[in-house]
Amino acid sequence: MGSNWDWQVFLQDPGGEYPTYFQWMMSAWGWTVSVALLALVIALIAGSIIGTIRTLPASRALVAFGNGWVELFRNIPLLVQIFLWYHVVPAIFPVMKGVPSFILVVLALGFFTSARIAEQVRAGIQALPRGQRYAGMALGFTTVQYYRYVLLPMAFRIIIPPLTSETMNIFKNSSVAFAVSVAELTMFAMQAQEETSRGIEVYLAVTGLYVVSAFAINRIMAFIEKRARVPGFIVAGGVGGGH
Amino acid sequence: MMNLDLSFYSWDIISKFVLKGFYFSILLTVVSTLGGVLFGTVLALMRLSGKKFLDVPATIYVNGMRSIPLVMVILWFFLLVPAAFYNALPWGLGQNYRSEISAAITFIAFEAAYFSEIMRAGIQSIPRGQVFAGQALGMSYGQNMKLVVLPQAFRNMLPVLLTQTIILFQDTSLVYAIGAYDMLKGFETAGKNYGRPIEAYLLAAVVYFVMCYALSWLVKRLHKKIAIIR
Repeated sequence: MGSNWDWQVFLQDPGGEYPTYFQWMMSAWGWTVSVALLALVIALIAGSIIGTIRTLPASRALVAFGNGWVELFRNIPLLVQIFLWYHVVPAIFPVMKGVPSFILVVLALGFFTSARIAEQVRAGIQALPRGQRYAGMALGFTTVQYYRYVLLPMAFRIIIPPLTSETMNIFKNSSVAFAVSVAELTMFAMQAQEETSRGIEVYLAVTGLYVVSAFAINRIMAFIEKRARVPGFIVAGGVGGGH
Repeated sequence: MMNLDLSFYSWDIISKFVLKGFYFSILLTVVSTLGGVLFGTVLALMRLSGKKFLDVPATIYVNGMRSIPLVMVILWFFLLVPAAFYNALPWGLGQNYRSEISAAITFIAFEAAYFSEIMRAGIQSIPRGQVFAGQALGMSYGQNMKLVVLPQAFRNMLPVLLTQTIILFQDTSLVYAIGAYDMLKGFETAGKNYGRPIEAYLLAAVVYFVMCYALSWLVKRLHKKIAIIR
């Protein structure tokens, strides 16, 4: 098989927007990174809010809302959620018509991941000793203040390892965007395979780019983890799972 | 705001389009869980064997699988499994169900990487003393694993294994990439045939949600039950 490889396929002209398959692939990589990073921003914001809400004392309605959010976004497959955003939401809310599928995929992936990040944020806050909450109260902090100054800074440091795997998951999960024709890597791989019949070369290159992206994320998060470490604390992670 | 019309979803249509896909989704989940746990346990044992020639390939396999998106793995297997393999299958299965069979192979291979990490944690959770006790009784490595370690590891990890199975069930929808006829495809086909795609996707979401929610509720209960006994 090895002698049959033809890497020059990447120099061919796909006869479209891009002069070569290589340039098309690089653009697709850009779309993958954009989808993943924007979804990550949404997931972090929504996940932090929902996760925090679920630990608030004496607010049953908010806790129930947070729990409902997590169950809703966790129990529907990502692909189905993407179809919901793409087909169903614009039909029910006409305002959403004309929103490009790129944005809809970002929203779908972002909210899907927010449920998982909310779980981790909640676990991180609940892993802190109760005394920290009481200490904040004893200092006369309001609820917002002791969350802002005492609980959240510690909780976010604790959950960096599971957040790392979630960030890598976002990159991998962005591949599902092919289903609504976002021009990302998987879409490129399927189309280039079809056009050139050089599936192995195309898939190898695309797989390589996914691995490179995931590894880069891993290194960035390791750097953040190192810089954010609290001296004297053995930080334990380990809320993993899923892909 | 548009009007949703679910009335066209008669039992006839459901049984005509959706049931076939539903059965396949369930079958794929069960087969890949059983195959994945089996293969995953072998991988876990290889990684824990302390023998480099077993540990290194297993580690590369597990980490490799875990760093590639599932959709890409599905496409890889669809591309790489040779036509000769499908042609060799009896009853024309290979010709009629190529995507479905390829999906099953993919999921067993892919999920094994995830199940192996769970089983590895399970095996490591068994106190060393038990292994020594088995050895003191004169058990061989194989006997020790089969009779002492693995049953307990499996039991301890049962809730995690089942949670992974729920994730697996959700992921089976990704066979969309190679056009296998699963539950999602069933809903989609029904929706397209009757000009009601929006209702079809909504209904699919509801069915997936109810099934996964119910299953995770059961797993939670099981987890509590196991926790009380221990």
